[in-house]
Amino acid sequence: MSVLVFAESQGGQFKKSAFEAVTYGYKTAQVLGTECIAICLGEAGNAADLGNYGASKVLSVADSALNTVDSQAYTSVIAQAAEKNGASVVVLMHSATGKGIVGGLSARLNAGSAPGVNQIPTNDGAFRVKKNVFSGKAIAEVELTSDVKVISVMGNSFQPEVVGSPATVETFAADVPAARITVKSVDKVQGSVPLPEAEIVVSAGRGMKGPENWGIIEELAELIGAATACSRPVADTDWRPHHEHVGQTGVAIRPNLYFAIGISGAIQHLAGVNSSKVIVVINKDPEAPFFKAADYGVCADLFDVVPRLIEAFKKRKANS
Amino acid sequence: MKLLVCVSKTPDTTAKISFNADNSEFNGAGVQYIMNPYDEWYALVRAMELKEATGGTVTLINVGPAENDTVIRKGLAIGADDAIRINCNPKSSLYVAKQIAEFAKDGGFDIVFCGKETIDYNGSEVGGMVAEYLGMPFISFASKLEMDGNGATITRDIDGGKETVGVATPFVVSAAKGLAEQRIPNMRGIMQARRKPIDVKEPVAFDDLSTVVSYDMPPAKAACKMLDPEDMDELVRLLHEEAKII
Ligand SMILES: Cc1cc2nc3c(=O)[nH]c(=O)nc-3n(C[C@H](O)[C@H](O)[C@H](O)COP(=O)(O)OP(=O)(O)OC[C@H]3O[C@@H](n4cnc5c(N)ncnc54)[C@H](O)[C@@H]3O)c2cc1C
Ligand SMILES: Nc1ncnc2c1ncn2[C@@H]1O[C@H](COP(=O)(O)O)[C@@H](O)[C@H]1O
Repeated sequence: MSVLVFAESQGGQFKKSAFEAVTYGYKTAQVLGTECIAICLGEAGNAADLGNYGASKVLSVADSALNTVDSQAYTSVIAQAAEKNGASVVVLMHSATGKGIVGGLSARLNAGSAPGVNQIPTNDGAFRVKKNVFSGKAIAEVELTSDVKVISVMGNSFQPEVVGSPATVETFAADVPAARITVKSVDKVQGSVPLPEAEIVVSAGRGMKGPENWGIIEELAELIGAATACSRPVADTDWRPHHEHVGQTGVAIRPNLYFAIGISGAIQHLAGVNSSKVIVVINKDPEAPFFKAADYGVCADLFDVVPRLIEAFKKRKANS
Repeated sequence: MKLLVCVSKTPDTTAKISFNADNSEFNGAGVQYIMNPYDEWYALVRAMELKEATGGTVTLINVGPAENDTVIRKGLAIGADDAIRINCNPKSSLYVAKQIAEFAKDGGFDIVFCGKETIDYNGSEVGGMVAEYLGMPFISFASKLEMDGNGATITRDIDGGKETVGVATPFVVSAAKGLAEQRIPNMRGIMQARRKPIDVKEPVAFDDLSTVVSYDMPPAKAACKMLDPEDMDELVRLLHEEAKII
């Protein structure tokens, strides 16, 4: 028996989420009294490091065909590793890559699945794990009854924890199926941190009045190493690029800190951001619904408050 | 082209969420239901556009009970030709996918569309499951889809950006924002939808491997701490010392 964790890499490097996934896998393995094995696909530089987070060994499938994400190929290789290593649980991240695999993998392995979980499973007579549902308005406990189970973990639910030392890396000889999808081009968002992975997000809405006013938002974000985001009408009117749109119909995020500036806090917006750990709302309307979801609130004109906040962060930086 | 669009029903985001007495089931009484936006706005509309451009048929499929017919009728009003409902109360995604695949396997569909995810449970898994059961390629989170020769060129959302891929039919694709523009059904569509067939079929046997066993409300959030707008040093201090974030 084992817990198998797919550790995602990009351009040969692990992302923080890979360490989150291994941390989750390690804790799940402890619940089940078994070991945690990691698998990395394609080029992956420092695979042994996954041992630091609790992987007892790392399987590496360094086939260049796996350098681009092909859901079918990934599904097939992970399924082969799960079978060879007697995995009872397969852990993925609930990232774009993970979401592309989670369904196919559970069908392939005839495994019950729990996509987008945010807690470690329990195993007292039954294997159960929790996730947020109904736009964060409720928590569902899912029971998985199959021999093999597939779980995908919400990003930023678990901080990576160093519990061990570098692991041995073994080459895993897998049958990589011929690609049925050809990649024509890849267009990465340049520069800043990708929104779903950002730990701090500065987000602004229609209260900004127009795209020409976004300078203060970008300045604040850059100062504190945050990604920028926006409400849907802002993206729909092309004030900001579509990939910044958060909410029910945009990206769902759960950063450690979310600044909502000039955003009313409609339920469809909250649906994508209310799992953030700390929410700061800046809005001139004391009745704005967002204050109900906030930890800290500033009720005033954002064009006064944001520059002041920038100064305050600069002062703090200079003094630390 | 023969196109199949998987449509699901979800509570509207604004719906009040409650459960039965022992918290084992969602209480649907008085809840406003809608067609899952990704299915309606993007998957179905793009399928309609392809049909309008090249001819063919658009079939809807829903796995669910008779109440779902209202959602299916809306899809027919938007322009789908016909619909299938697999008559059951599904409890798991694999079960749903199995039913869809059973129907689709001999249907000769060129493209099976589904939504990126349902907005109630956010699984993002049914499309991949259907593809696996049908042995077809799966392209997740498509924001653009153009037909060319005997396949399609699809732009999809990936971690940190977008990727454009080519794939031959048949395939399964999940629809994300951008794939099409929402269409509001007109009166003529609504009238015609009344006469379009919804074929009700019984499900094939399949054991659920995952089920929701209980629901819970999230812990109540502490009241928002309101700060003096003149004193942003205080906010920065609190984020640092109290929230321990910055
Ligand atoms: C099916 C559906 C799905 C949707 N999905 C999404 C989604 O995914 N994401 C999303 O964001 N929305 C979504 N919406 C839209 C959502 O309902 C709201 O309309 C939208 O979030 C409002 O955007 P906003 O807060 O930027 O604008 P507004 O609602 O116009 O709010 C602007 C806010 O700025 C404040 N303000 C104005 N001027 C200032 C100032 N000078 N200083 C400080 N504060 C100021 C105002 O008090 C107000 O609260 C969806 C709607 C539907 C029906
Ligand atoms: N009961 C259902 N009947 C038909 N299609 C469904 C059903 N449930 C989910 N789907 C389809 O699968 C997509 C993804 O759903 P999910 O994996 O549950 O997030 C939806 O957007 C629909 O297109």
